Amino acid sequence: MIHAVTKAAAERGARAGARLTDARALDPALVAVPADPDGDAALVQRLAKWSGRWSPLVEVDGADGLRLDVTGVAHLFGGEEALARDIELRFARIGLSVRVAIAPTPAAAWALARFSPSPLAGEGGSSRRLRKGEGAARFVHAPSPRSRSARVDPLPRGERGLLEQLAPLHVSALRVDADTIRTLERLGLKTIGALLAVPRLALARRFRGAEDVVDALDRMLGRKPEPLTAAPADPPPRALLRFEEPASHPEVASQALERLIPDLVGQLQERHLGARRLSLTGYRVDGSTAVASVATTIASRESKHLTRLLADKAAALDPEFGFDAFALTAEWTEELGAAQQSLVEEPSGERELARLVDRLTVKLGPRHVRRPQANESHLPERASGWVCAVQFSHSLLGEGDRSTKSSGGGVWRRPLHHASHGPPPRAELEEDLKRPQRLLDRPEAIDVIYATPEGMPRRFRWRRAVHDIARAEGPERIAPEWWRQPSSARLRDYYRVEDAEGRRYWIYREGIAGDGRGGAPNWFMHGLFG
Amino acid sequence: MHPRDGGWAGFLLAQLDTSKPLLWVQERMAILESGRVHPPGLPTQNIIHVEARDTRDALCAMEEGLRCAALSAVIGEIWGDPRALDFTATRRLAVASERAAVPCWLVRLGGSANLSGARMRWRIASAPSLRNDLDPKAPGAPAWDAELFRARGSPPGRWSIAYEAGAFHLVAASGDRAMGEIERLRA
Repeated sequence: MIHAVTKAAAERGARAGARLTDARALDPALVAVPADPDGDAALVQRLAKWSGRWSPLVEVDGADGLRLDVTGVAHLFGGEEALARDIELRFARIGLSVRVAIAPTPAAAWALARFSPSPLAGEGGSSRRLRKGEGAARFVHAPSPRSRSARVDPLPRGERGLLEQLAPLHVSALRVDADTIRTLERLGLKTIGALLAVPRLALARRFRGAEDVVDALDRMLGRKPEPLTAAPADPPPRALLRFEEPASHPEVASQALERLIPDLVGQLQERHLGARRLSLTGYRVDGSTAVASVATTIASRESKHLTRLLADKAAALDPEFGFDAFALTAEWTEELGAAQQSLVEEPSGERELARLVDRLTVKLGPRHVRRPQANESHLPERASGWVCAVQFSHSLLGEGDRSTKSSGGGVWRRPLHHASHGPPPRAELEEDLKRPQRLLDRPEAIDVIYATPEGMPRRFRWRRAVHDIARAEGPERIAPEWWRQPSSARLRDYYRVEDAEGRRYWIYREGIAGDGRGGAPNWFMHGLFG
Repeated sequence: MHPRDGGWAGFLLAQLDTSKPLLWVQERMAILESGRVHPPGLPTQNIIHVEARDTRDALCAMEEGLRCAALSAVIGEIWGDPRALDFTATRRLAVASERAAVPCWLVRLGGSANLSGARMRWRIASAPSLRNDLDPKAPGAPAWDAELFRARGSPPGRWSIAYEAGAFHLVAASGDRAMGEIERLRA
């Protein structure tokens, strides 16, 4: 049996569906290649994914066709003709010749792509009408690897234009079964045009039981909807569990989780993925759902870790009237190769750490588990930024790992004094720059006795306790960030002070007397030294 | 520890291994009362900071941290004498810390020394700093008055310690008997 023929072979009398011996009898020079239907199907699937470049909604149609919904897409490629040409060209580049048709309905596009004899010609007038044509412009293009012919069919616009184009087509373009086609042919209805001329009622009565011809016509002319259903390119790994009876005991979610995790981990393993975000959805009998989701710092497919992360949240799902199904979905996954456990019993630091962060984040919330991230700023409270540990990038982690005690401040840059515009340039932290180990979230106002106007502090009162300053060092002047703060912001003079008991504090005086930005300067407590 | 004395942080940080990350758990009250950890002042930036809502969360986070051998230490700050911090809680931390070989420091700010399962219990207060040779009016190298008031396997004691040039030194406290020489405790 011949599955498909090239254009040259077709000219020599070979036809798809004929026997190879018959075709060889006509022309002994025919070259036969064994058919590979599975391989072809896989190729079409791959091409369907690749065709996502033109439209978000792609559907595999039959063994050798693709349907794309190009509604509102064509203008991105310079109009529908340009789009059709682009598709043809791109397929030609990978060695496939295709027939492309754009039509208002999928069925019409299918018919035109396969049966229309007319090549791309006389388009000028019709393409202008195209824009106000039906909203749903769709097309079929049929990659037919063994055929060399490539044609772009005219673009029919409006129902009349569509009818004009479809009328001369053979009735097999209706895509109904062979018996019906034979019956139609026997009745003398050879073209769609002839079929349309028959009263609708008579047609409906005659083809009641068989494949519905009226229905096929309606679909083709857009009188009946035929939506495309595109399979998602890569469905996320998902494990399902259904119950015979709704379960409403409190532990149901935890038990379901235990059964779902191995399934999901198996899927992840198969696809070499690791989960970054997991969600457990419980479907209640009354139609509502309950969701528990967790995120991980690094991709993981370890059942123990994932179970532990989700366990608490799963237990908190309220069954109300009872769950009758659970789905565990890895919503966000990342590539994760097969990893070998180390031979020696030495846990790898980064993975351990990531797990710790995951557990803490699940328990306390992402905003409570953070890692430091330096900012470019003079102001101490701005310089010490924090990022959620879950989002902490691994490159920064690596930098942090490398920083030993001698270069421990490497990540922190000390802004230079500068007179030019913009934020300060980066510079290495100087060793003598002393910063406190603890900083109050909000500087607290203190009363200070000091030598006016800019002398050393002598004594201060903080939280109703008086501290005599035994030793002090300063000032370290930090100017306001004029490109960010209002012009009324005052400079700060920081002092490191030590009271009589040896406690060391970081206090500052905001402003100097007579700087024109307020009255007498105020003093604030900002940090504690260790 | 006195809540307005940040001295203990220096005492503690000087003993830590900074090659590995550090888990620092602060109770919200501790942050309000004595400030948040300020990374530029620390010897390492490689820390994970946890802001716990209450003592129970803080203890929980510490215990989670003690299961992770990749940490250099776990520091937890608890304010006052909460009920959640009983003998059982401290004992759990001590056992977890020994099992994972991760040092755990439970810092009690403004608390009283009640029953605890800790292996070593220190009372740290800041002491007047050493003389600053460059500027006699400025604070010098930090010094502490450290009292080990309970320890398993070693007698309690009280020392005046200073940290200078990467090592701890014993210093003669004023009014104490002269110690004569400086002894190195730990590198």
